[in-house]
Amino acid sequence: MAPLVETSSLTKHYGSIKAVDGLNLKMNPGEVYGFLGPNGSGKSTTILMLLGMTEPTSGTVSVAGHDPTRDPTAVKRQVGYLPEAVGFYPDLTGRRNLLYTAELNGISKSDAEHKVEEVLHMVQLEEAGHRPAGQYSRGMRQRLGLADVLLKEPKLVILDDPTLGLDPAGIQWLLGLIEEMAKQKGIAVFLSSHQLHEVQRICDRVGIMSRGKMVLEGTVSDLTAAQESGGYEVYLEVEKSSKSLIGALSEIKSVKNVNANKTKITISGTEDCRHQVSTIVFEQKVRMLELRTSNRSLEEIYLRYFQEPADGEG
Amino acid sequence: MTAIFWKEMADHLGRRRFLLTFLLILFGFLWGMFILFREVQGSGVSTGEFLFLSLFTNSSGVLPPVLFYLGFFGPLVGIALGFDAINSERTQGTLAKLLSQPIHRDAVFNGKFLAGLTTLGIVLTAIVLSIVGMGMFVMGYAPQGEEIIRIVGFSIVTVVYLAFWLAMAMTCSIFFRNAVTSALVSLGLWLMATFLIALLIAPALAELAVPEVSDLTQQVSRESWQLWISRISPSQLFNEAAQILLNPEARFTGVLSAERASQLMRVQATPISAGQSLQLVWPHIVVVFSMVAALIGVSYTKFLREEIRS
Repeated sequence: MAPLVETSSLTKHYGSIKAVDGLNLKMNPGEVYGFLGPNGSGKSTTILMLLGMTEPTSGTVSVAGHDPTRDPTAVKRQVGYLPEAVGFYPDLTGRRNLLYTAELNGISKSDAEHKVEEVLHMVQLEEAGHRPAGQYSRGMRQRLGLADVLLKEPKLVILDDPTLGLDPAGIQWLLGLIEEMAKQKGIAVFLSSHQLHEVQRICDRVGIMSRGKMVLEGTVSDLTAAQESGGYEVYLEVEKSSKSLIGALSEIKSVKNVNANKTKITISGTEDCRHQVSTIVFEQKVRMLELRTSNRSLEEIYLRYFQEPADGEG
Repeated sequence: MTAIFWKEMADHLGRRRFLLTFLLILFGFLWGMFILFREVQGSGVSTGEFLFLSLFTNSSGVLPPVLFYLGFFGPLVGIALGFDAINSERTQGTLAKLLSQPIHRDAVFNGKFLAGLTTLGIVLTAIVLSIVGMGMFVMGYAPQGEEIIRIVGFSIVTVVYLAFWLAMAMTCSIFFRNAVTSALVSLGLWLMATFLIALLIAPALAELAVPEVSDLTQQVSRESWQLWISRISPSQLFNEAAQILLNPEARFTGVLSAERASQLMRVQATPISAGQSLQLVWPHIVVVFSMVAALIGVSYTKFLREEIRS
């Protein structure tokens, strides 16, 4: 299967600043790719190059079999792009805004009305579609943006920080929608974000950018396993802790260390031992309040690369 | 591009700017009416034969001619339609979205420019037709062939002139990200073209070029310096072209030497044909036209190569 997106040693300089530095990226059809990195790590610049909206200093890009630098229109026909701070014409209703996009994509009038209803239904904006877009909240604008992108029935959707400025519930809802759209319609999603935690669960693969370079790439579980410091940490809270409980927990094969702080117990080991832990708790007849893995190592990755002082432009 | 064109037309004629264009048409009409009735009252003020043309060129004593009204306020409409063409899309966050659609970038500019131009055309046609129509109603007869040709020619020249201001404002909207800055720069340039060049810069430079005026030759020389310098301004070019087109008895565009003037005096009385008038102002039209083309060229090179970040 030919990759949907492929870049080789893609580089973009702004004066002496290297916004993107020798980026090699590959993305398969139907894949959800999380493109992560702090602000100013070159994510947006990469996206602009994928769309042919800015020229690379060197290196090559291919999107859906076209070179976006030479033939941007062919790329844009198959790729939907939701910019970072998407806006709509405030005087027009949400529906009219979408009809305009449909028109720009050369969708015939009769088709367009039908399609607009369909995407509005997907993002649950049928009611609000009658109101001027100027009255929309940030969350509604993002949803309308997603609808806008889906109109052209793209092969690939590029979302530039779609969760920015949304409340937690809005983020969950939007990510759920993106996941659904990717699975149901087989649309590949290129999702740029600096919020690893929110995004990781819907991504097949993630790539982490730092200062214009890809520093880590792979599936979320690959990345977790790859860390030497790695392994799992299980967090347990019980109603009443006892020495025999701690002792029993320490005897689980994969467990290296058990750390108890009154009723809150942290168990670290080489693999996920939640199943054994729950059996032990059950056997000991202790009431369990909470049991979860804290996935420590991924957080470490996050901290290592994301908390560097960001400089340059996004 | 047609999609953009119709969207922009709807914007221009929709609620946002309709009031402005409507008021302009209304004022133009009332202005014309005022002059028309003064003329009918005063009967004898008019030149008789070319009555419809004189509706545009005669002043009533209080009001300057309609021609002045169009040349003065017309550019403001051009500016109003263009000053936020590109930068408002930028601040709304719609530009990045618009440019990620499968259209060429020049289509965005072209669509907007053509929509603005069409709107200007509609406004101008409405003003001209309402004045001519009212004239027909009051005077009871229709303009003749020559007059129609001249009025149409004048309308076309006016549209080209207004297109200059539209292109100027749109160029500003590309270069200045802030709509207010863009509007101020456009208005500044308008002020410069309509007033400063003709009233200050051209006379001052002419005086530098011809410091002493002791005889007629020097006087003529200074005058022609002044004229040529003020022709940098499209307003000057428009005014000259419009005057010639609407006035069949005018047969020269420059400053006359005494000798040439006395020659012309003898033939002055007979009007010349519309074609001859057009020939006289052809260079003016071409220059304004190429100014428009130059502005569009500048806009293209800037806008097409620019990186749009949201």
